[in-house]
Amino acid sequence: MRKMNISKLFGAIAILLAAPLLVTAQQGESHIGNLSGRPDAGKQLYFRYCWGCHGFRGDGGGENGPYLNILPRNFVAATFKCRSTPTGTLPTDQDLYNSLVRGFDNTNMPSWITLTSQQRADLVAFIKTFSDRWKTEKAGPPIEVPAEPALTLQSIQHGKELFTKLECWKCHGPEGRGDGPSASTLTDSNDQPIRPYNFAAGSRFKCGTSNHDLYKIFMSGLDGTPMPSFADVIKPEDAWDLVHYLRTLQVTHKSPELTLWEGSKEGAEIVRAQKVSGTPTGSGVW
Amino acid sequence: MSVQPCARLHRARFLSWSIASAIMIVALVIGSAQSGNALPLPTAKVRAIPAFARKYGMPCSSCHQAWPMLSPFGQAFKDNGYQLMNDRDAPIYQQPGYWPVTFRITPIWHRENENRATVDGPGGVSGNEANVTTHGFDWSGLDFHTGGTLAKNFSFYVLPSSDSTAAFHFETVFARVDNIAGSSWFNLKLGKFELDNLLSEKRILTLTNVSGVYTNYHFQPATENNGVNAAFPVFGFGIGDNQVGLELMGHSKDDRTRYSASVLSSNDGSPNLPTSRGYDGFFTVSQAFQVGSLGLQRVGAFAYLGQAPTYFQFTNGNNTGIPGNAAFGLPGTGVGNRSFYRTGLIGQIYIKKYDVTAMYFRSSDDKYLATGTPTNPAYGTLPVGAQNATWNGALFESHYTFNPQVILIQRVELVRMSQQALPVVAGAYVPGVSVPTSTFGNEDVYTFGGRYYPFISSRAGFAFHGEYAFSHQIGTSAVTGRNLDFSSLLTGFDFAF
Repeated sequence: MRKMNISKLFGAIAILLAAPLLVTAQQGESHIGNLSGRPDAGKQLYFRYCWGCHGFRGDGGGENGPYLNILPRNFVAATFKCRSTPTGTLPTDQDLYNSLVRGFDNTNMPSWITLTSQQRADLVAFIKTFSDRWKTEKAGPPIEVPAEPALTLQSIQHGKELFTKLECWKCHGPEGRGDGPSASTLTDSNDQPIRPYNFAAGSRFKCGTSNHDLYKIFMSGLDGTPMPSFADVIKPEDAWDLVHYLRTLQVTHKSPELTLWEGSKEGAEIVRAQKVSGTPTGSGVW
Repeated sequence: MSVQPCARLHRARFLSWSIASAIMIVALVIGSAQSGNALPLPTAKVRAIPAFARKYGMPCSSCHQAWPMLSPFGQAFKDNGYQLMNDRDAPIYQQPGYWPVTFRITPIWHRENENRATVDGPGGVSGNEANVTTHGFDWSGLDFHTGGTLAKNFSFYVLPSSDSTAAFHFETVFARVDNIAGSSWFNLKLGKFELDNLLSEKRILTLTNVSGVYTNYHFQPATENNGVNAAFPVFGFGIGDNQVGLELMGHSKDDRTRYSASVLSSNDGSPNLPTSRGYDGFFTVSQAFQVGSLGLQRVGAFAYLGQAPTYFQFTNGNNTGIPGNAAFGLPGTGVGNRSFYRTGLIGQIYIKKYDVTAMYFRSSDDKYLATGTPTNPAYGTLPVGAQNATWNGALFESHYTFNPQVILIQRVELVRMSQQALPVVAGAYVPGVSVPTSTFGNEDVYTFGGRYYPFISSRAGFAFHGEYAFSHQIGTSAVTGRNLDFSSLLTGFDFAF
């Protein structure tokens, strides 16, 4: 009788130990192209690479949080800046995957390009387990990005007008240096001070490098930040004009837009005034 | 006492049920550990911090599969000049009080055994052999790592290192310039540094006297440095030794493709140019690729093409009457260079949590180097029948990483002489004349160990370390010329802060 009790005890312990594995196995996968990411595999990777900043519970409360001036993402809140989906909706798996590949300039989040694509897909699957939003909501539909119209001086000039009309300058500053009159008052959804993007510094955009990425940024907005979506405010062709103008604010970054703008009398004077030489951090020496 | 059939059946059923349950529990415990469930919650915040982890606030498990062994992410960080490439690399982003220093030392208990140590005895001074075992508490040497970025794309590394008596030397001293012309394919390093070995000896996971270095990285035939000719400078070389020179290294953005080419002083990393004015070259190339969900696999090749002097052009202070006495050779005037090479192939295979590194080595030393003979006839002549020494080597190292906190280690190294420098003549080894067998000097080394990291932090590292290593070399005991065995058992607390 006693022996039977012991054997039952073993069985009970085995079931108890199996429970978390079964729960893990039931959670959803991620799908990026032909890749399918598994959350159980992603969990291993998360606890190797990510928890120091994002925390054991995925709430951004890792032990490094107090030392970071841009807080790590809170996966429990599931509010993501870089999306291809409308504001307020969940990003696609591809969006999260792209963020892992790209990393975020001006933060401590590096590019994870050295991981395999499968590992990144697994991480995406695990990140989605932190929030119940992924169980009750689907990712938003990706916003449509129409073909980029031809670059013209008129397009840039129209974009400049929109920059003023839409009051982009209030945060980003009249020269795009992130020093607008509202800049010092801005906070993110964690009530942490946040700086508007400084176009003149020449660093990469938060969510990509291309004109296509820039278009998506202000049509989808950066959720969790004061940067709103302009999808309901401007037409697609106007958005492209704004893209062309914003490129000219990147005075340390060679682009067709900047070249064309510098070729005009108006643009040349503006760019000359905006350009500064050297960088105090030594970045961009080469 | 006999057991009734029914009771026997009942017992058998009970045992099978119990064993099955026990095995399942063990499997589930292991499974839970594998899936990360067994990871403990982090301990209280620690404010004091080691060099790179504290700079970037990342857990050591990011860059290290199990420290000090690098993960692919850590290798890319190193290849980028200790930069994450995310605009936070320049020191301007650090607190002014930040100073990039880490030290590492390991208090240990160890047991050492040599089966045929040379001892005094009835046969006279050093005339006998004995099986000698020693053991006791001890500690390792101390490493003081300082390294980091001076500005974006400019970095340095300085490593004063001591033995356990606190006798210091510079193990590493270099500065590097990265991403020249904005390309990750051009990175320059100048100074004393570890060669771009695809299996890093400086990040070895084993610590014993027998297996604290890779045997294949340091092997030299037993016929070398035999002391027969005093005019011959000591020839010491290992690709595991840090060398002095200039390295050009490049890699793809994702670090899948890597190459390096180095020009090095032919002094085996010693300061002040003690032997020759010659230069060596070291070249590596490797390619990594993903195989399904197994992980990142890498294959590569390397070649060290070197030369070493066989006598000194000038001597000074020689009071032994032997021209060119190595002890009094004028530093840097070694001449009569003869060549040697170390080449090999490597494959690093990941099968999820299990990884295997396999290496093949093909090496050779010129006959003058291999017999310790100066090329100047005034100082000596080549032994009759001398020829280049060549040998093959193999290394198989595998790890099972249960999770970032637990790793098991196994290694086998084999060295096989394919051509002896001296003629094979049955009998005893006669230095400078003959060797007894074609297998003379062949060596096997076997290592098993494990490390447990009780916490993973971005501030400090600590590991419980346990290891056993055994080596076996043919015919090299000093007195009787019989096989020489060493074994080493070590356990300790390995920490870095």
